[in-house]
Amino acid sequence: MILHQIEALAAAGVTDIVLAVNYRPEIMEKYLIEYEKEFGINISISIEAEPLGTAGPLKLAEKVLRKDDAPFFVLNSDVTCDYPFKELAAFHKSHGDEGTIVVTKVEEPSKYGVVVHKPGHPSKIDRFVEKPVEFVGNRINAGIYILSPSALDRIELRPTSIEHETFPAMVRDGQLHSFDLEGFWMDVGQPKDFLTGTCLYLSSLAKKQSKLLTPTTEPFVYGGNVLIDPSAKIGKNCRIGPNVTIGPDVVVGDGVRLQRCVLLAGSKVKDHAWVKSTIVGWNSVVGRWARLENVTVLGMT
Amino acid sequence: MSLQIPHHSKANGNTGATKAVILVGGASRGTRFRPLSLDVPKPLFDVAGHPIIWHCLTAISKVPSIHEVYLIGYYEEHVFRDFIKDSSSEFPDLSIKYLREYQALGTAGGLYHFRDAILKGRPENIFVLNSDVCCSFPLNEMLQLTQERRAEAVILGTRVSEDAASNFGCIVSDSHTRRVLHYVEKPESYISNLINCGVYLFRADVLFPSIRTAIQRRADRPRLGSYRSSENLASSYMFDEEDTQKNEVIRLEQDILGEMADTNLFFVYETKDFWRQIKTAGSAIPANALYLQKAQQSGSSELAAPSANIKAPVFIHPTANVHPTAVLGPNVSIGPRVTIGPGVRIKESIVLEDAEVKHDACILYSIIGWGSRVGAWARVEGTPTPVTSHNTSIIKNGVKVQAITILGKECGVGDEVRVQNCICLPFKDLKRDVSNEVIM
Repeated sequence: MILHQIEALAAAGVTDIVLAVNYRPEIMEKYLIEYEKEFGINISISIEAEPLGTAGPLKLAEKVLRKDDAPFFVLNSDVTCDYPFKELAAFHKSHGDEGTIVVTKVEEPSKYGVVVHKPGHPSKIDRFVEKPVEFVGNRINAGIYILSPSALDRIELRPTSIEHETFPAMVRDGQLHSFDLEGFWMDVGQPKDFLTGTCLYLSSLAKKQSKLLTPTTEPFVYGGNVLIDPSAKIGKNCRIGPNVTIGPDVVVGDGVRLQRCVLLAGSKVKDHAWVKSTIVGWNSVVGRWARLENVTVLGMT
Repeated sequence: MSLQIPHHSKANGNTGATKAVILVGGASRGTRFRPLSLDVPKPLFDVAGHPIIWHCLTAISKVPSIHEVYLIGYYEEHVFRDFIKDSSSEFPDLSIKYLREYQALGTAGGLYHFRDAILKGRPENIFVLNSDVCCSFPLNEMLQLTQERRAEAVILGTRVSEDAASNFGCIVSDSHTRRVLHYVEKPESYISNLINCGVYLFRADVLFPSIRTAIQRRADRPRLGSYRSSENLASSYMFDEEDTQKNEVIRLEQDILGEMADTNLFFVYETKDFWRQIKTAGSAIPANALYLQKAQQSGSSELAAPSANIKAPVFIHPTANVHPTAVLGPNVSIGPRVTIGPGVRIKESIVLEDAEVKHDACILYSIIGWGSRVGAWARVEGTPTPVTSHNTSIIKNGVKVQAITILGKECGVGDEVRVQNCICLPFKDLKRDVSNEVIM
């Protein structure tokens, strides 16, 4: 998932990426070195000894972020969407204020924090309303921002929230704008959402006729939106799709039926199994004639 | 007191002629065998590739002194015609006849009604088999016990767990002589864990006088209403309540065996082999497994040869079409003209005539009805019950459901659909996942 973000950032001309993490960075490091080479960018890891909330980690990474005067992007890693980085950077430059947050239109704004604009202004934010009872707007914070380095002056090195402390302060000074997201957006923090997010992402790839998708001319592809890593092995007489992602070194046996699922790297689905709406964890094994449905998350073995 | 009886062997050393009666019941019975009994009379339902009563006949054919077999019941005449025709050529030494009761007379009443036919040729002994039991029918052993003890009656008994015993007829016997001292049908309290298997051997000159006495006793002193608690009635196995109301109905279990324990030389032969009742439709699955295992032990050539994809014992009818990549067994019976597609898995199940199972489907602990269709990647499954259990229902999430999934005649299960612990009446198409339901 983070690969999609790195890819999109590199395409927008980003040169340095800081990953703010607080657990198991060793599993990520191996992948990151590959990505650095692949995209020609610098990736550094900033480890929080204690959780610093959503704003604290930015202060921790101040050195990299203040390397020059260029603005920097902030992304929540559990958000997936059609990343609009180029357009976002252009918009941020055009208004010249301290920050821009990406907003997305939702059907039920009462579940989220809603962004309210200044009257008569298309982008300048007036206030945030948490879980509004009455309709005040349908644009919510999508978890993607672009900030000028000066915004870092507003953040102290302590556990602090960008949504509840930094942004309201910027709003008071009239320094925060919103940018409308086109296309899909999804918070994929939970396994259930992760699957939905994957489906959305695959659909958007299909819309763009991405070459990453396995061509529907393959006999086993059913209903499209299938993304299979070249190193994965697929058995005979399978029916795969719609909305399936198969990771590196995955082995799929004969007569397997897969739909709306993600098989993570090194996992194995044996002959004649039936898997739907499920995430199969790294190196996990699904037995012959097994039937898995609805976000079964199998741990690492 | 010694109960030893001097042994008088016959002058010529042979036993006299023996006849066998199989009690098959009638269409108004076997209601618990629905939905399968809606289309086939229970005694003719195929278990391990053959009708339930074929297994009785096979055991009878191994007793050299038996040449005549009667099926007594109240099904219509034509019901057993084909079966009798086929069996007569398969068992040429047996004469098989169906005797139809025009009303349910009870197990003993039916025997008495046809006493002239049964006694013709002056048989010395008469075997009486309930058709709804599945066991190894150790008839020769019972006959031997009769001769050793000069017994007037021998009952086949088996041991069950103490809590299950009160669902059956319970036998108290002298542990040394094996003489039956006391017999009670489904007692409310615990009496014995040795229970009635529904297989008897009677001396002809004792059986009919006993029934006549019971009929007279009934006429003099009509039986009072049942004293059994409602709890026990709910789990009643051997008889239906309606029959107890009718005075003309005379049953072996309620009216004869208890008296015989008091007045006759009545012995029990205790089988250590398998025994199960075939009452509910789901009980056909353990019966199928037991008969297949029996066939396997006796080296039957009927069974499919074991291989990587055939986990013995498996019966496949010669006209069935099973794809070589399908994995079957253990304890699977595949009926005539059945089609099993590639990559199918079937375990502990019966697939009946003309059914079709598409590729990659999985069938566990289930009965697939005649002409039913199971779609690709579908999953039809029941729940395994303990080997020793005499019960075919299980408690799931606090609700009693049938352990075995049953599809009636010509049902359809859509591609990728899951059917779990369901009873599905004939001609239903299942397009969505279902579980723990009776589908009307």
